[in-house]
Amino acid sequence: MIFISQLINGVHVGSIYALVALGYSMVYGIIKLINFAHGDIIMVASYAVWYGAVRMGLPTWAAILLSIVICPLLGMLIEKIAYKPLRGSARISLLITAIGVSFLLQNLARMIFTATPQSLPALIPGKLSVGPWTLSYTTLVTIAVAVVMMLCLNLLVSRTKMGKAMRAVSEDTEAAQLMGINVNHTISFTFAIGSGLAAVAAVLYCCSYPQVSPTMGSLLGLKAFVAAVLGGIGSIPGAMVGGFVIGIAESLTKGYIHSGLADALVFLILIVVLIVRPAGLMGVHRPEKV
Amino acid sequence: MKFMRKLALLMAAALCLSLLAGCGSTPAPSSGTSEPGDTQDTGPIKIGYLGPLTGGAAQYGIAVQNGMMLYVDEINANGGVMGRQVEVVAYDDKGDAVEALTAFNRLVSQDEVVAIVGAVTSGPTIAVAQESANMDNPIPMITASATADEVTAYGDNMFRSCFLDPFQGETMGRYAAEVLKAKTAAVIYNNSSDYSVGLMESFSQTCSDMGVEMVAVEAYAEGDVDFRAQLTNINAKNPDVVLIPDYYNAVDLVIQQLRGMGNQSTLLGCDGWDGLLNVTANADNLFDCYFSNHYSAEDPMAAAFVETFMARHNEEPMSFSATAYDAARVLFDAMERAGTTESAAVIAAMKETDLECVTGHITFNEKNNPIKTCSIITIKDGAYKLDRNY
Repeated sequence: MIFISQLINGVHVGSIYALVALGYSMVYGIIKLINFAHGDIIMVASYAVWYGAVRMGLPTWAAILLSIVICPLLGMLIEKIAYKPLRGSARISLLITAIGVSFLLQNLARMIFTATPQSLPALIPGKLSVGPWTLSYTTLVTIAVAVVMMLCLNLLVSRTKMGKAMRAVSEDTEAAQLMGINVNHTISFTFAIGSGLAAVAAVLYCCSYPQVSPTMGSLLGLKAFVAAVLGGIGSIPGAMVGGFVIGIAESLTKGYIHSGLADALVFLILIVVLIVRPAGLMGVHRPEKV
Repeated sequence: MKFMRKLALLMAAALCLSLLAGCGSTPAPSSGTSEPGDTQDTGPIKIGYLGPLTGGAAQYGIAVQNGMMLYVDEINANGGVMGRQVEVVAYDDKGDAVEALTAFNRLVSQDEVVAIVGAVTSGPTIAVAQESANMDNPIPMITASATADEVTAYGDNMFRSCFLDPFQGETMGRYAAEVLKAKTAAVIYNNSSDYSVGLMESFSQTCSDMGVEMVAVEAYAEGDVDFRAQLTNINAKNPDVVLIPDYYNAVDLVIQQLRGMGNQSTLLGCDGWDGLLNVTANADNLFDCYFSNHYSAEDPMAAAFVETFMARHNEEPMSFSATAYDAARVLFDAMERAGTTESAAVIAAMKETDLECVTGHITFNEKNNPIKTCSIITIKDGAYKLDRNY
C-alpha cells in the first residue's frame, strides 16, 4: 500500500523532471548545446505565474497563460542574443555562454524580486479519496498533463513538417540547409518548444511546491539534466523514461533507504550511466567524423 | 554580423555585471566615535556590541543590534543609567571567530567598554566567552542569540537572554505528552541544520521519557522542496503529533504537502515558525498547529515592544530583536542595582536578576542561562493566538 503511494510520488516528481529533461534533450539534439540556462527558464516561468496570480491578481488560468506565453519568447530571445552569434565557434564557448545566461537570469531575478522566497496560493486545491488512499488533484493533474504534453510532442516531431525539419537539422545541419530547410527558424522553434515545455513544468512545479525563489531552477535543472543523460541525451523518448526513472528512484530512496541519500543516488546514477553506457538508455552512439 | 558581435559583447558585459551583483557586499560599518580612556563616573557609560553586520549571518546581527539600540535609545531618553547616558561602540565580526576576537580585544583595551552585548552567532560567542573568562577582571557579557550549550560554560561573566535549543524541543515534547495527551509522535527534520537536528533529538528524548511512542523520524536536506516520500511514511503511521523543527519557508512546504495527503495530525514547531503566516499563501491548511516562541504579541509588554519596533523599522521584529532588547534591559538593570559599572559588582547583580521582560520573566540559573517560560502559540483562522505560557 505504502509502496504504491511511494511509486505515485515518484511518478509525480518524475513527470516534472521528464518535461524539463525534454527541453535539454531537444536543444542538445539540434545544436549540440547543453543549455544550462534551461533550469532558470523554469524559474522565470514560476515568477511569471506568481507575478500574474499574486501581484496582478489575475485568475489562475490567466497567470498560467502569461507564463506559457513569456517562456517561449524568452527562450527564442536567449537563443538569438546569446547562442546564435556563437554558432560557428567552439562548443565550449557555447557551453560557457549558457552558464553565463543562467547566472544572468538568476541575478536579475534576485535584483528584481529579492532573494526571499515568495509563496503562491494553491493552484489546484482539493484531493480525491478512494478507499484508504488520498490522492491530491495536483498529483493527478501533474501526471495527466505531463503525459499529454509528451504525446503531443511525439506527434509534433514525427508527424508534422516542422518536426521533420527538426529531425533533419539534428541529423545534419548543413545537408538540411542544402535541402531548403530554414535552419534559423527550426532552431528558434526548438527553443520555443523546449521553453514552452519548461513553462508547463514550472506551472506543475508551482502547483506542487508553491514557493518561488531565484535559485529554484538550479537543482531541478541539474536533476532533469541527469534524467536526459540517463535516457540518452538528444533522444525524446529517452528524456521521458529518464525523468520517470529518476523520480521513482528518488522517491523509493527517500521512502525505504534514507531520505538524506536521495540526491546522492541521482548523481550516482549519472556516474554509473556515464561509465557503463555513455550514450544513455535510448541514445544512439554516433561516432564523430574527424 | 557586426551588429551580432556588438550584441554578444553587450551580453558578455551584462554577464560580468550580474556576476558582480552576485558577490557584491557592502563595506563593514565602522564603530562609533569616542575618545579612549573616558571612564569617569560622570561621562557616558560605554558598552560594546559585537555581531555580524555583513555576510551570511548579517540578518541576525542586524536584528540583535536593532533590538538592543531600541532599548539603549529608550533608556537614554529617560535620563540614562544612574543619570549617565549610554554610548554603544559597535563592531562587525562577520560571523567569524577570529574577527570577533580582534574586535573583542579592541573593545576592551582601546575603547574601554564596561560591558558587551554579543556576540550573535554561536562560534564567535564561544571564542569571546573563552577569551573574556581569561581576563584579570572579566567584564560582564550577555548574548541575545547564541543558543549553543557551550556558550556559558567558560566564565561566570557570560550570560544569555535567549533559551537554548534543547529547551524548546523538551518543552514541545512535554506539551505533547501533558497537554495534548499524545500517544504517538513523528518528526520530519532538516539534517543539514544543527538547529533542526538539536530540536529533533531533544524532542525525541523527552517523548520517549514521557511514554510517547516515536513512530517515525524522517529527514530531508537544506533546499529540498519535495517531502512527499518521507511524509507518506509518516502519514501511514497516523501519529497524534508531528514535529517540524525548521524555519518557516521549509515548514510551509512540508505542511502544505502533508495536509494535501489528507493528514489531520496536530503539528508542532519551534521559534523558526515565527513568520509562517507572512509566507504562506494557503492558511487553510494551518490548522491544529502549535509552536513555541520567545514571546507572544498578546502580552502587553511585548505588544508595546512590537509597536515601537514597527514604528522605527517598518517591519515586524525577529525574536532575536526581542531577546536583544531584553539583554540590554538585564544589563542596565544590573548596573542600576549595583550602583556602579565595576565588572564584579555588575556580574553579581546580573546573577540576581528577577525581571519582567518582553520575552518573559527572567531569572538566571547557576550556568547563567535564563529560566523563563516559552509562549506556546497556536494558529487560528489565519492569526497567531497565545495558547498558554508553558
